[in-house]
Amino acid sequence: MKALAIDTSNLVMGIAVVDGEKVIGEYTTNLKKNHSIRVMPAIHDLMKEMNMKPAELDRIITAKGPGSYTGVRIGVTIAKTMAWTLNKDLSGVSSLEVLAQNGKFFSGYVCPLFDARRTQLYTGLYGFEEDRFQAVKEDRLVLRSNWLDELKRLEKRILFLGNDLDLHKKSILEELGDQAVFGSAADHNPRPSELARIGIEKEPESVHHFVPSYLQLAEAEVNWLAGQKK
Amino acid sequence: MKQDEMILAIETSCDETAVALVKNGTEIMANVVASQIESHKRFGGVVPEVASRHHVEQITVVMEEALQMAGVTMDDVTAVAVTEGPGLVGALLIGVNAAKALAFAHGLPLVPVHHIAGHIYANRLITEMKFPLLALVVSGGHTELVLMKEHGSFEVIGETRDDAAGEAYDKVARTLNLPYPGGPHIDRLAQDGAPVLNLPRAWLEADSYDFSFSGLKSAVINTVHNAAQRGETIKPEDLAASFQESVIDVLVEKTARAAREYDVKQVLLAGGVAANKGLRAALEAKFSGLPQELAIPPLYLCTDNAAMIAAAGSIAYQKGKRADWALNGVPGLDLEAQ
Repeated sequence: MKALAIDTSNLVMGIAVVDGEKVIGEYTTNLKKNHSIRVMPAIHDLMKEMNMKPAELDRIITAKGPGSYTGVRIGVTIAKTMAWTLNKDLSGVSSLEVLAQNGKFFSGYVCPLFDARRTQLYTGLYGFEEDRFQAVKEDRLVLRSNWLDELKRLEKRILFLGNDLDLHKKSILEELGDQAVFGSAADHNPRPSELARIGIEKEPESVHHFVPSYLQLAEAEVNWLAGQKK
Repeated sequence: MKQDEMILAIETSCDETAVALVKNGTEIMANVVASQIESHKRFGGVVPEVASRHHVEQITVVMEEALQMAGVTMDDVTAVAVTEGPGLVGALLIGVNAAKALAFAHGLPLVPVHHIAGHIYANRLITEMKFPLLALVVSGGHTELVLMKEHGSFEVIGETRDDAAGEAYDKVARTLNLPYPGGPHIDRLAQDGAPVLNLPRAWLEADSYDFSFSGLKSAVINTVHNAAQRGETIKPEDLAASFQESVIDVLVEKTARAAREYDVKQVLLAGGVAANKGLRAALEAKFSGLPQELAIPPLYLCTDNAAMIAAAGSIAYQKGKRADWALNGVPGLDLEAQ
């Protein structure tokens, strides 16, 4: 199976082309630059390098969030459009699950995270259970302090991954001490080839119904709902 | 060899997810518009983040519906046109990225279109354009007089210095506690009222084709407040009629003056406010005695749609205008640089 994987859900932009088990091309940047401008040229260039036409793909895979609302929509829109118009399978993978793969050989739990402002995190917990690396606590938007309380009770070592860790490392260490382990630079960039690997195994999505996982409502909707309850 | 030129166009600059197929620049094969207005009503206006979310939900559904309605496949499509701007950036990005993915998937040319150029070219779906022409563009975000000497050339000779006419309508509607969007409600009320209130008309400098509606908007709000303080009530119908007359007087007068000064052959009305009955009637009355031909598109081509983007895209395509894969949504895109 040939697949194209696209991740524009956070600052790291990643594209991969895989052929079955083989990763034949992968492109990653970690730049504060516009995904809308850069991702389509990156897809074009990588596929050209592979000498592969869009119609040769069997599946399009995209990171579905959480992350930057605008960012995740760019990848999801491109993936949905390509899958629909070429009549190919589409699959979506949690952006946190992709990042967590960088710790899949860690003996404890893996906690991927993206900063969600106001001391909140987009995060989840992953680990080896039932012979496979998978989510042990589902992805969520959570206050950092609540999350760290929850992790502390697990009494197991936790590997933290993510480029936003600088903002939270101090608090994590204060709360978890030796329980916390931190990845090094390369571990913090989600790898598009991992996105492709997971995406190939997933059940295909319904293209028309596929939407990003924002993990929260738009602010205006939150306010509107609050107003309705009064 | 493809016999016909078939443009597939995508428009997502605000709160409509729209896809159209237009053959040979003027024949509408499909014009599908998924409006989000019911969703935004609860907020009293378009919420950009909510608009973007709806676009991503709708985009492939609307593309599929358009192709089915037109009875064509992507093999029949010559080029993909898309609104590059102006508009809400997050909303534009859905259309732009869908268009790029679509064009890339099929190896088709990608043609960027200015949203206002689209509104003007809505007229070409009905009648051939005759140059030089003057377009009065009136919508929620724009109030402009645009001079065109030939296809694809746009010179803005007048524009609003503050609020767009449509914005003024929405704000006055809010003062009258009318539901969003307010424009059509004011227009409807005005039909049953009389312009008895003395509201200002902003003519600006004698030779200026610019507009200003914020003073009028404030005058309406003050009139309502002052009446309330005196314990009087103003008939909403009369207020709507007075406000509408003030807006329309300025729009029609400046349009007629510019049409004369630039000696144009044709005057086009364009944009969402072109659906306004009062404005249509006033322009028709004014130009019935003037040499310039007046063109007003049917209502379904006045509000945001993708057929108009295809019509403008067809001309741009023929002129060799192309975007590369780095095309982005540009919220403040300049019309004159097109």
